[in-house]
Amino acid sequence: MTEVELTVNGRVVRETVEPRLLLTDFLRHRLGLTGTHVGCEHGVCGACTVLLDGVSVRGCCLLAIQADGSRVETVESLAESGPLTELQESFRRHHALQCGFCTPGILMAATDLLSRGRPTRAEIADMLSGHLCRCTGYTPIVDAIEACVDRDGSA
Amino acid sequence: MKPAPFGYVRAGSLDEALAALAEGGEDAKPIAGGQSLVPALNLRLVRPTLLVDLNHAGLDGIAANGTLTVGATTRQAALVGDERVHPLVREALPFVGHFVTRNRGTVGGSIAHADGAAELPLCLVALGGKVVVDGPSGRRVIAADEFFITHFTTALGAGELVVETVWPLAATGESSAFEELALRAGDFAQSMVAVVLRRDADGKVVDASVAVGAVSDHPIRLREVETLLVGTSGAEAAADAGSLAATLVDPPGSIHASARYSRALTGALTTRAIERAA
Amino acid sequence: MGVATERETWVGRSVLRVEDEALLRGKGRFMDDLEPVPHAWHAAIVRSQVAHARVAVDASAALDHPGVRGVLTGDDVASLSRPFPAGIESPVPHYAAAVGTARYVGEPLAVVVAKDRYLAEDAAELVAVDYEPLEPVVEPTAGEVIHERSFHYGDVDDALARADVVIRQTFRVPRFTCLPVECYGVVCDWDEPAGRLTAWANFQGPFTLHGVAAAALGLRADRFRLLTPPDSGGSFGIKAAILPYVVLVGLAARALGVPVRWTEDRLEHLAASATATGRVTELEAGFTSDGELVALRYDALEDVGAYVRAPEPATLYRMHGSLAGAYRVRNVAARNRIVLTNTIPSGLNRGFGGPQLYFGLERVMAIAARRLGIDPVELARRNLVPADEMPYRTPSGGLYDSGDYAACLDRAVELAGHDELRKRVEAAREAGRIAGIGLACVVEPSISNMGYITLAQTAVERAAGLPKSGNAEGASVAVDPLGGVTVRLGTTPQGQGHRTVVAQVVADELGCDPDDVTVLSELDTATTPWTVASGNYSSRFSGVGAGAAQAAARRVRVKMDAVRAHLGELELPLRKVAGTIHWHPEGLPDGMEPGLSAVAFYAVPNLDPPDAEDRVVSSGAHGFIVDICAVEIDRATGAVTVTDYASVHDAGTLLNPLLADGQVRGGFAHGVGAALFERHAYDDDGNLMTASLVDYVTPTAPDLPALVVDHLESPSPFTALGAKGLGEGATMSAPVAIANAVADALGVDDLELPLTAPRVWELLGDGDEG
Repeated sequence: MTEVELTVNGRVVRETVEPRLLLTDFLRHRLGLTGTHVGCEHGVCGACTVLLDGVSVRGCCLLAIQADGSRVETVESLAESGPLTELQESFRRHHALQCGFCTPGILMAATDLLSRGRPTRAEIADMLSGHLCRCTGYTPIVDAIEACVDRDGSA
Repeated sequence: MKPAPFGYVRAGSLDEALAALAEGGEDAKPIAGGQSLVPALNLRLVRPTLLVDLNHAGLDGIAANGTLTVGATTRQAALVGDERVHPLVREALPFVGHFVTRNRGTVGGSIAHADGAAELPLCLVALGGKVVVDGPSGRRVIAADEFFITHFTTALGAGELVVETVWPLAATGESSAFEELALRAGDFAQSMVAVVLRRDADGKVVDASVAVGAVSDHPIRLREVETLLVGTSGAEAAADAGSLAATLVDPPGSIHASARYSRALTGALTTRAIERAA
Repeated sequence: MGVATERETWVGRSVLRVEDEALLRGKGRFMDDLEPVPHAWHAAIVRSQVAHARVAVDASAALDHPGVRGVLTGDDVASLSRPFPAGIESPVPHYAAAVGTARYVGEPLAVVVAKDRYLAEDAAELVAVDYEPLEPVVEPTAGEVIHERSFHYGDVDDALARADVVIRQTFRVPRFTCLPVECYGVVCDWDEPAGRLTAWANFQGPFTLHGVAAAALGLRADRFRLLTPPDSGGSFGIKAAILPYVVLVGLAARALGVPVRWTEDRLEHLAASATATGRVTELEAGFTSDGELVALRYDALEDVGAYVRAPEPATLYRMHGSLAGAYRVRNVAARNRIVLTNTIPSGLNRGFGGPQLYFGLERVMAIAARRLGIDPVELARRNLVPADEMPYRTPSGGLYDSGDYAACLDRAVELAGHDELRKRVEAAREAGRIAGIGLACVVEPSISNMGYITLAQTAVERAAGLPKSGNAEGASVAVDPLGGVTVRLGTTPQGQGHRTVVAQVVADELGCDPDDVTVLSELDTATTPWTVASGNYSSRFSGVGAGAAQAAARRVRVKMDAVRAHLGELELPLRKVAGTIHWHPEGLPDGMEPGLSAVAFYAVPNLDPPDAEDRVVSSGAHGFIVDICAVEIDRATGAVTVTDYASVHDAGTLLNPLLADGQVRGGFAHGVGAALFERHAYDDDGNLMTASLVDYVTPTAPDLPALVVDHLESPSPFTALGAKGLGEGATMSAPVAIANAVADALGVDDLELPLTAPRVWELLGDGDEG
């Protein structure tokens, strides 16, 4: 068992973890941040995507112990307790979610993608190829993200 | 699916990493990006007793001086958009996993993992690059076409780590193309072909590199195809080159594709790559 | 009466979803997010690695592992429970775990319960299993047939004999699965002194299965309390088959005296949740030389996997009233046979019998068009049920409520730019490319008659038992003293937006705003109004779910209007009426009961039990879909590109067009998956080859073709709001529309899903390309 200290959604967290504890289980069950979802635990479905030091990564492919000293942001950090972000509102307007299980992972990856510039529709679809959604047929999701590009480059 | 128990050490330098691996013995494993290793841990396909985390050992970074030296723990995403990276690699990168996995997956990790269907090992072989390795017997440099041996097996000895990979820079008179067919975007390839052609002032091929992956247990150069291309314009020999390529590979069938198909596909992708390496 | 009639209705508007806010913030409450019982232990399931074997399980090493509470074995399951009842007799009893013999890879053998999932998996590895392999059956045509019934309407033999052209073709539809992103989740708490089980699970209904599980557990239904979570991460039918796991985990809780949680992982899901049935159909179709379809004979062999698991054999009978699809042929026969194989048991999967049926029927129409030299659009037009015959009674007893199929076809032709498509395909062929066009016409049934399953019995057998019929749903509407409205539903949604749509329906009825209406979609068998048909399947919500909510709201409105009349204030706002009723019950009209809430149950009409001639109204409402698509095939690689796809849907009144569009697009993604990517595959020894998401390949965003959709609305005369279900149709139409286009491009008759590049490549050179 090892002590780790990391920042999660802006708050410093200190916990004792076994090396094998997955970051997803740490976030969900140790910290109660259940917005990050688990769909496969082998890195394919993308539901577990979070930001690690500002960059989108698969939570199920990371050990909690590896995040020691890092900054983790989950879907709960997007709007905190305030109004929905522009990206989240766009999802709502475009009906880009149905069951909502894949949504947090996609929101985090899209947040990362939009922060890097102005992706084309093809680049958005390519980013989305790393995420499984079985409800929407993807087009509304691409529309929702694309609608957030025609601003000044920030999301 | 949860991993079996293991110990963990975070290496602060290459020396620390090598020492931890030596002490851990044959059941110690290095972890870099973890995009292949952690799923394998979760599935309990591998059960190391010790994981040595390389992500903070100072093994990342890209330097260009005659060649491109890429530190082992450099993220795959760092190569995207870097103009110094060879056009062949830049063309292959979108096929390497997905946007999110490239943020964490490393170049050295892909090389060391040596999946026969992985794009970066294929590109390194096609470009005639090198793998720099360090371990109990010190540092050594291994040519790419001697590094990959078979499925998930490389020339790495016990306790050795990939430290850097060395990639040629783009040269004048040179053109390249990468072709892959996967069932879906980002999937493991059914077949993939990397072609690099060097031409003289008259447009004749003087030197060719034609390498295939996914249809063999490690990336292989098709020397006979390369020979066939020399002295031609490239495109004029593309069809013959493809037919020849199809006879030179011996892929197994899978639930997705017959051996016959994989051979024919390799031929078709070879032809296409040569036509595009204009 | 009331305010609603004086303004535009909420129903029919694209109201944004009330569900979204919480889901977007990551505040959804899915099964694994909840801790309904403190101090639950965690289960890991030991599963068979062999497809067919006698098994002996030794848990002693696992029991010694630190952190382990205990292990439940197959023998324990056999002593604590009874086999699950199913729709037909089966030679093989089905328990929640294998009892002495494992029959598919992944079948549960034992349950290890420990302090956390990590420890449970450690201990599960220590359970020793001794296998004595038996011969596995994987190929359906090699399996033991355990059920057979034949049906005959009109005179098929005579019609086939007199037909000018008879097409005979065998069609195979593989097993595939809708693969929701969220897997199963169960928490069980057994109260031994009271003899009660309380279980939480992301179950989707139908609640006929509640009784099946109760029977297995030996519990009265009221002693088996089942609750569903507020949110469910997709199901598409798959989460109907969670109930055997509720039983398994419940037995573990009982045997070990502690609450137990089990969260399924993806590998378990692929091996041992559920898939659609596989089907081999020999189809004979007779045509006149000018294209009239005069007879259809189906011979269907249905692979239900290792066990007949309720509600099977429903997949085979769900479409019974629609055996002739969209066509007015009167001579129809079907032989239905069921076979067991050593593979995952089948269950509900989006489309549920429709994809299997239409792959045969619509392929046969395309083959006939080619052979008769008639354009497929024209051939369809000559055979479609005419609008002036609606409501139309099919030969097998189905009742098509409404629809103008010819108008739908015309609109699809226009939307697809069919003439332009044909010119493009011709030009492509002239340039040496491989291109084709495909059509599919699909009648989409919704709101299943709970009685259709009794077609598995003969009329004599049915007469001896309790009849089954209908499809009813319950809802409650309550208005609180401040005028807030709360609705409870039994429709267990997984993202279809039931809470939003019901708020629209109730707001219209009560003359308020949807924002004033709180809808609870969690189902608790102890407190939610429910019946056997409750749940989310056969696209029943817009008919029966919305109907029940409207009926309950109407009772409340009638009461409020009576109070308004009594007070002489016909325009009194809802808030004041409610306040009056709650605070001043003495001021109510004489004989009026106090309080302001109502429970209503609503059923769609016509869903009688099958008659003595085996005719049945198998579904309460029928939509209609016409799909037209075009493909190009890469000669060198076999890769199929769908260049155009147009789809026209008539689902009656659309309650919320935004959500309706979402259902069509979602169904389309599943249909394209089945057409081009997905197959749940085993090797000859019964080992699962598509065991992870690396090998079970479902489409992602770049893999889906662009889809152009239009909606026509022929309201149903049979449903409360005129709405028909539309969640499943695209899964029935897309696979065969795309297959028809590929067949047209290649000039072949025989092709099998999925049409991946490697598989299509093998067909190149088999036919006369265009």
